[in-house]
Amino acid sequence: MSVSKDQLIDFIYDEARMLDEGRYDEWLALWLKDGHYWMPLDYNQTDPINVTSLMYEDLFMLKLRVERLNGARTFSQKPKSRCHHVLQRPFVDEMDEAAGTFVTKTFMHYVETRLDEQFLLALTVRHDLALADGKLRIANKRVDILNCDAAFRNIQLLP
Amino acid sequence: MGRYADNPAAIKALFRGNEVHRDVYIDPEIYKLEMKHLFANAWVFVGHESQTPNKGDYFSTQVGDQPVIQVRHSDGEVHVLHNRCPHKGTKIVIDRAGNTGKFFRCPYHAWSFKTDGCLLAIPLKKGYENTGFENSDNGKGMRAVGEVRNYRGFIFCRLAEEGISFEDFFDGSLSSIDNMVDRSPAGRLEVAGPPLRYMHHCNWKMLVENQTDTCHPMVAHESSAGTAVKLWEELDMPEGTPLPPAMEIIAPFMSPYEFFENMGIRTWPNGHGHTGVHHSIHSNYSAIPGYMEKMVEAYGEEKAKAILNENRHNTVYFPNIMIKGPIQQLRVFIPLAADKTLVESYIYRLVDGPEQLTARTAMYNRMINAPTSIVGHDDLEMYERAQEGLHSNGLEWVNIQRLYEEDEDFTQEKVENGTTERQMRNQFDAWVKFMTCDMDDVREAAE
Repeated sequence: MSVSKDQLIDFIYDEARMLDEGRYDEWLALWLKDGHYWMPLDYNQTDPINVTSLMYEDLFMLKLRVERLNGARTFSQKPKSRCHHVLQRPFVDEMDEAAGTFVTKTFMHYVETRLDEQFLLALTVRHDLALADGKLRIANKRVDILNCDAAFRNIQLLP
Repeated sequence: MGRYADNPAAIKALFRGNEVHRDVYIDPEIYKLEMKHLFANAWVFVGHESQTPNKGDYFSTQVGDQPVIQVRHSDGEVHVLHNRCPHKGTKIVIDRAGNTGKFFRCPYHAWSFKTDGCLLAIPLKKGYENTGFENSDNGKGMRAVGEVRNYRGFIFCRLAEEGISFEDFFDGSLSSIDNMVDRSPAGRLEVAGPPLRYMHHCNWKMLVENQTDTCHPMVAHESSAGTAVKLWEELDMPEGTPLPPAMEIIAPFMSPYEFFENMGIRTWPNGHGHTGVHHSIHSNYSAIPGYMEKMVEAYGEEKAKAILNENRHNTVYFPNIMIKGPIQQLRVFIPLAADKTLVESYIYRLVDGPEQLTARTAMYNRMINAPTSIVGHDDLEMYERAQEGLHSNGLEWVNIQRLYEEDEDFTQEKVENGTTERQMRNQFDAWVKFMTCDMDDVREAAE
């Protein structure tokens, strides 16, 4: 099966929409089972393991994060947060048709709100995508926050 | 003029032994007095020496509300200077870390200073001839803090020129830092990367108190730790499957009350104390291959075992840091206002220790202490609800009475049931002491 540039770009837009609409079961189904969601703490960070990151989560942790959002005793989500992604058109940086692997980079603005507070993050998001059983899947996702070294308040949903 | 300045009786009246008045958390005047008295008279954490390993290396931070620079001087010693040009007040250092070479140079008028603060040169200095400049404090250079101590790599300072000695202030509590550092076969730690920085709209003392609050994890963190345990059970793994590292970290948060009662709390004089005297949530982490052998090689079997069998949970060094010895972590609760606290969470690697331990600590830090942490989210929610709730006039006092005994004596080290709030009372006993010890009435009475 071949994948067009448009299909890759549509995939990125669809994923962001799932997060904004809280369709987390569909979102989790996009992932390969050994994938990681990485949000570095440092600008140009290269090591996710031996220094602190904001997030470096496997599928178990992501499932836990999503499951918690709907818990009856999830106090920081009473009331719930909402989020909103605005995407610039993704760049397709790598297309290896033979291997079925693809890399995109997307600049986004992410807004999250709860009660009277709202904040804006500027993001650079790298997706490593792969074909599995004829479908595009997320092999890894890296989310760099422009002001990653700033002191944040709660970031509760998924940028 | 407020109600509390130079009024030690009014300060003392805020702590009644088993309860504390809400003004300690919400009154801006109390915050200002804490900065002026408590954070000047106590020994406060500055940084780790590995943040400034080479001559001229500096790191900027704050002690209470005072901007300071930790710098490695040409003689190899670490100095702590006020971050202010003696001329017009310009901050000498504005980035978080760097190397200044042999001297600091103010970017405004090029006054320069040695890395111990002494004035080096002023351009066109003849303009100060016959002006009496040499008699001015400002002519001496960048002001150093009152006293600095490097304890096994951890830099503490007392802002006040005179006051309690380092040894008298910390006393037996230094055993927690010793245990953390001894876990390195080389007896040395190194900072691993930048700290998490997490902004809370609550009073700094709420965060410090929470470090020895053992009755909240199974309640406030049910949504994260409880859900983790449930998801793991649903996976229905074969009996004896080892927990993945993330589960080893988060599952013990759901331990029952009895676990926390039996872990014990120890208090030391001057507001220091720790949970996890007998065991803790860090006790059952899986062993890292090769580590014990390295420790035995470095210390001998008996001492190596003694070091690693100590699993203290949280040690509070009053006023505003917490360390976790078993995982080499330090959190500093920087007070920015009565209702604003910046939390910085550092991790350290064990020199000559296995890198897997650094990886576990990094995982702990991001899982529990990050602004993105599903555990931290609920803690912040509790603190900020309290900060808002304390404005209610329904009640003015905060209760810290669990396992309270009349006439508690905090001058002696003591071990008690792990769910006591004695450590919070111990902190307020020290709080009163260091808030009032340099107020006029108290000082005169002592002389």
